[in-house]
Amino acid sequence: MTAVRRYPVLVALVVAALFMVLPFAIVAINAVKSPAEYSSNGPLSLPHGFYLDGLKDFWQRVDYGQKLVNSILISGSVAIGAAVLSVLNAYAIGIGRVRGRTWVLAFFVLANMLPQEALVYPVYYLCKQAGLYDTRLSVIIVFTVVQAAFGTYLLSSVLGQFPREIIEAARIDGANKWQVLWRIVVPVSRPTIGVLLVFFFIWTWNEFLLPLVMLISNDNQTVSVALGVLQGQRLMDATMTNAAALLGVLPAIVFFLVFQRTLTRGIAVGAVK
Amino acid sequence: MTATAERGGEVVRRHHSRTGHPRRPHSSYALFLLPGALAFLTVIVVPFLMNTGVSFTDWQGVGSPKWSGLANYRELMGDSEFWASFRHSLFMVVAMAAVPTVLGLVLAAALFDFVGKHFGTRIAAVLRACFYLPQVLPVAVAGIVWSWILAPDNGSLNALLRAVGLGSLQQDWLGDPDIALYSVMGVMVWVQLGFPLVVFMAGLQRVDPQLYEAAELDGAGWWRRFGHITLPQIRPEIYVVLLWCTIAALKVFGAVYVLTKGGPGGATDVPSYFSFTTFFEKTQVGYGAAISTVLTVIILGLALVGLKLQTRAEDAEEGLRA
Repeated sequence: MTAVRRYPVLVALVVAALFMVLPFAIVAINAVKSPAEYSSNGPLSLPHGFYLDGLKDFWQRVDYGQKLVNSILISGSVAIGAAVLSVLNAYAIGIGRVRGRTWVLAFFVLANMLPQEALVYPVYYLCKQAGLYDTRLSVIIVFTVVQAAFGTYLLSSVLGQFPREIIEAARIDGANKWQVLWRIVVPVSRPTIGVLLVFFFIWTWNEFLLPLVMLISNDNQTVSVALGVLQGQRLMDATMTNAAALLGVLPAIVFFLVFQRTLTRGIAVGAVK
Repeated sequence: MTATAERGGEVVRRHHSRTGHPRRPHSSYALFLLPGALAFLTVIVVPFLMNTGVSFTDWQGVGSPKWSGLANYRELMGDSEFWASFRHSLFMVVAMAAVPTVLGLVLAAALFDFVGKHFGTRIAAVLRACFYLPQVLPVAVAGIVWSWILAPDNGSLNALLRAVGLGSLQQDWLGDPDIALYSVMGVMVWVQLGFPLVVFMAGLQRVDPQLYEAAELDGAGWWRRFGHITLPQIRPEIYVVLLWCTIAALKVFGAVYVLTKGGPGGATDVPSYFSFTTFFEKTQVGYGAAISTVLTVIILGLALVGLKLQTRAEDAEEGLRA
């Protein structure tokens, strides 16, 4: 193909890609505008100065630091808990080949696909009875189990291909099942477990329905819920909305830059199986 | 898949020859399933059964539920709000599964087979990252960004239309009942596109490059290669993506909550939002449970059919190869 015909296609693809990131750019340029500048020049003009009071006001108003701590605490605990649960399940299914494992696996897949709407009211009711309502622990428990369903499914198929010779050798050397799991299977599967940790963390960070129902007090809310609720109430002016958008977008971009490789690799692992 | 099956057979055989050794019974691995099984029982199975049970009652969330049989389901059949929410779900399937899959296929093939080859894999990777970026955003935050861009007065989209002289096309994108659903659909395409793209590009990496080279030598144009090589080669990925995205579309909640709250006038209501308001705003818990049960049956039915189709396709392919 000649260069003359090649470049228009590349240009079209680049334009499409720019269109995808345009909203991020618009958020970024408006976050540093003063309300006066925004209302007189509109959202598309480039900022004249660096106005950070809007961000500062918003940060203090929603106590954004606390929301970040909550989100990190919840997502981190879920990622670790769900990874441990997935490893235990997948060890029994993928390596132990317990009887009826196809059914057990099908059960985990379906549990992961279940809409949360079908769990939300009983979970809300049971947590109220158990005194767990409006605690971060309630959300941690539920998401640990939900994410472990996916982790079990993925890790089981990976462990199903685990080289049996290594395990047999360890058994002959006198290692029991517990030792085989922690000294051999877990270290060898570290790349897949790493992918799971990243995915569990980000998925939990992005969850909305259940945290919205369960975490009503300001001190317990996550970033997603705090911003979503504010927006839903339509109490914010344009500058506030923009500050909210930027502060919500920033952690996602940080994850993206830090974990880009893991994310794309993880999607590939997940899709092929 | 074959590898797993073969190894499974091997284990069974080995197990047979070892029946004289009761010392290490095969099933003792089941102990490792115990924590997972208990956790699933309390967090998923019991609440799910409770929800199904409540759907047969007339319950307001306080006091003891009164059995009402199929009354909730009968009422649903005649509830136009319910039917509208499911109709909107079909629009969401178009916006979150059909369109992203088609666009994702073309973009993935273009980035892999064209940009990657002629301009280097680094440029292809950067472009892929741009398309994928919205996927890491919490959907509530994506909703905030877009509701602000689509705002009627000082929103960026209307400002952009004015700037390029198309001011007559300005709309109240989320506030006009005739347009709101399409606006939400547009946002969802933007949110969703990166997922199929990344999956398909990963899938294309296992395609033998010689196939493309041979086709190019035979004079096949880009679209021919796309139809005859790309599509058949990544069919498993297409199945998976369509299934996952359809299920995600049926479950969509956060975006609707933040963008429109189901409005204006129910124009963007979807089943999950409908059940949410029935549970927590109208406190008709029995009715809400019936809505979410119907949604669950549809999703699980779809998942079962999808998984079956997928394994059948894989079996057929393996049969051909054997």
